[in-house]
Amino acid sequence: MIANLHPSLLFFAGALLLWLLPLLGRRILILLVPAAAFAIITQLEPGTYYGYQLFGFDLNLLRVDKLSKAFGYVFTINAFACFLFAQHLKTRYEHTAALAYIGAALGAVFASDLISLYLFWEVMAVTSTFLVLARQTERAYGAAFRYVMVHIFGGLCLLAGIVLQINATGSVAFEGFSLHGLPTYLILLGFLVNAAAPPFSAWLSDAYPEATVTGGIIMTAYTTKTAVYTLIRGFAGWEILMVVGCVMAIYGIIYAILENDMRRILAYSIINQVGFMICGIGIGTAMAISGAVAHAFAHIIYKALLWMSAGSVLYMTGKSKCTDLGGLYKTMPLTLIFGTVVALAISSFPFLSGYTTKPMIIEAGVHEGFFWVWLILEIASAGVFLHAGIKFPYFVFFAKDNGLRPGEPPKHMLLAMAFLSFICIFLGVYPQPLYDILPYAVDFHAYTFGHTLNQFQLLMFSALAFFMLLPLLKRTETISVDTDWFYRKGGRLFVAGCDKFFNGLNNWGAALFFDKIPGLLAKFFADPGANLQKHCVHLLADAVGGETDMKAQEAAIEHRSRFGAYPVGVGVLLAVLCLSVMSFIFFM
Amino acid sequence: MVPENNKPEVCTWFDHPQNIKRLKIGFYIVLALLVLPDFFMHKHTLFSSIEGWPGFYAVFGFISCVAIILISKLLGFALKKKEDYYDC
Repeated sequence: MIANLHPSLLFFAGALLLWLLPLLGRRILILLVPAAAFAIITQLEPGTYYGYQLFGFDLNLLRVDKLSKAFGYVFTINAFACFLFAQHLKTRYEHTAALAYIGAALGAVFASDLISLYLFWEVMAVTSTFLVLARQTERAYGAAFRYVMVHIFGGLCLLAGIVLQINATGSVAFEGFSLHGLPTYLILLGFLVNAAAPPFSAWLSDAYPEATVTGGIIMTAYTTKTAVYTLIRGFAGWEILMVVGCVMAIYGIIYAILENDMRRILAYSIINQVGFMICGIGIGTAMAISGAVAHAFAHIIYKALLWMSAGSVLYMTGKSKCTDLGGLYKTMPLTLIFGTVVALAISSFPFLSGYTTKPMIIEAGVHEGFFWVWLILEIASAGVFLHAGIKFPYFVFFAKDNGLRPGEPPKHMLLAMAFLSFICIFLGVYPQPLYDILPYAVDFHAYTFGHTLNQFQLLMFSALAFFMLLPLLKRTETISVDTDWFYRKGGRLFVAGCDKFFNGLNNWGAALFFDKIPGLLAKFFADPGANLQKHCVHLLADAVGGETDMKAQEAAIEHRSRFGAYPVGVGVLLAVLCLSVMSFIFFM
Repeated sequence: MVPENNKPEVCTWFDHPQNIKRLKIGFYIVLALLVLPDFFMHKHTLFSSIEGWPGFYAVFGFISCVAIILISKLLGFALKKKEDYYDC
């Protein structure tokens, strides 16, 4: 039975057990849980397990195949490194949220049907929000609120899609979708929100940089990469994803270049990297899918390491803006070395992990003859070196010395960074173990002389461009407007607009119906007879040419009205007589 | 967060102008060495024979980055806002 224990179960159990243990026990537990989960995943046999019934459907919590196992491996390895990095945390709160979040991500990866997937999907959204809230700043609270709202939107799209899909096909199975229609489009939208595809990407660059030092590191791996997994499972070969991926790859670079906050630079870099994977999913051939999985694997490792090096700087200095940092190489040489290794790895520098995975996606595109995909991904590859490969280390560790002398982070952080650096180098030099766990066998050789030389040329001349145009890249104390403008400023503008329109209407109505009209009526009925006469006199005067002395007339009317001195005349006498005669005849 | 008695060592290697100069010269030599083999070998091309030209990827990388930086710079005029933009 131990062989088929559900890996998520360990994480959820760990999250609860955490509250019973003292500090030392907690420190051991958070390392033990991912290690044990990794060991269990290596032993899982292909098949589906943990069947249960819900709403009359047969569901399974554990589907084991090469794809889910590959993601399971990297999720647990990364979790181990992240918890090693987070050993200094004494509170239970953050670790609980992190364990439950990672458990839910594993649950989503191993779920074999749409309903189980949805349940884990929502647990992920909620638990990860606490990693932002744990920062306990005003900005973090705002970012967490927006984060969870966007994920609720994405989750509802997914739920609507799932319900329609079940209604249309009668099946809850989570397999490759072939039907193009509203149900699958809604599911795709739900997945793309979590994958941070523009225009639904702003939650990532908004929330992650506001998370805690360790929370940010943990979040980078799971939400977007779970979405990548679900896209591979459900939407491999959907051509629209090639477009989405290319847009993401370029979009991430441009924003990363504009940004000043180092963790925000790295957040945009996630969007850029996920773009490569989604492009691979859109290409959809065996090599492209394997490339996307391999790249997701390498990416999770080096992205966590990038965030760790940025996290160490933030932890030691309390600052994260490039304009406040600089010159840190003087006292943080080890962090600099790890940061540089990883910056080169993400840029797919030969002999590091990015180089043995990303070109697989590009080559798959070339095999299919997609010229534009090749062109954009090559440009994006050069751009990655620009923003993550050079800009991040340059402005944080070199550039202008701001006089910060923080020293190296604690040993457990250095150890975690060394561990991940080792994986980056190992996968770059000897990628075969990674290739062996990919869903499809690959025939890809990264290290041909021509290919390696081309890559070196591309990267080193990108570096040349960076240093030549350095004056243009000077950091400014600014933020960049992203699509979150629509709900941050746009939302306020909408409220202000509604306030102006509806409250304006209300005020106008109040003035009209409660002041103006009653006022007029009151004025009229104060002396209705006289007012009516005056009005008639005016009308008559207008009609005959207005030679009469109006003032005298009006004074006469008012005088008569006030004293009741109306000339009764013969007409009234006749009327009275007539009535007397009539009553007389009546009584006869 | 660092205790007072644990003052970190300070390395100032990159503050010396002659070191920066050495780095620059080294960098330019590496650039030249990277393009040099292109003149002596036949390259496998993917889409067009232009890719086989010596130093194609060098020029490609350089132009891409210059274009990305310039486009970002231009977009920056519209997109960059003060840090308290959302606070007020």
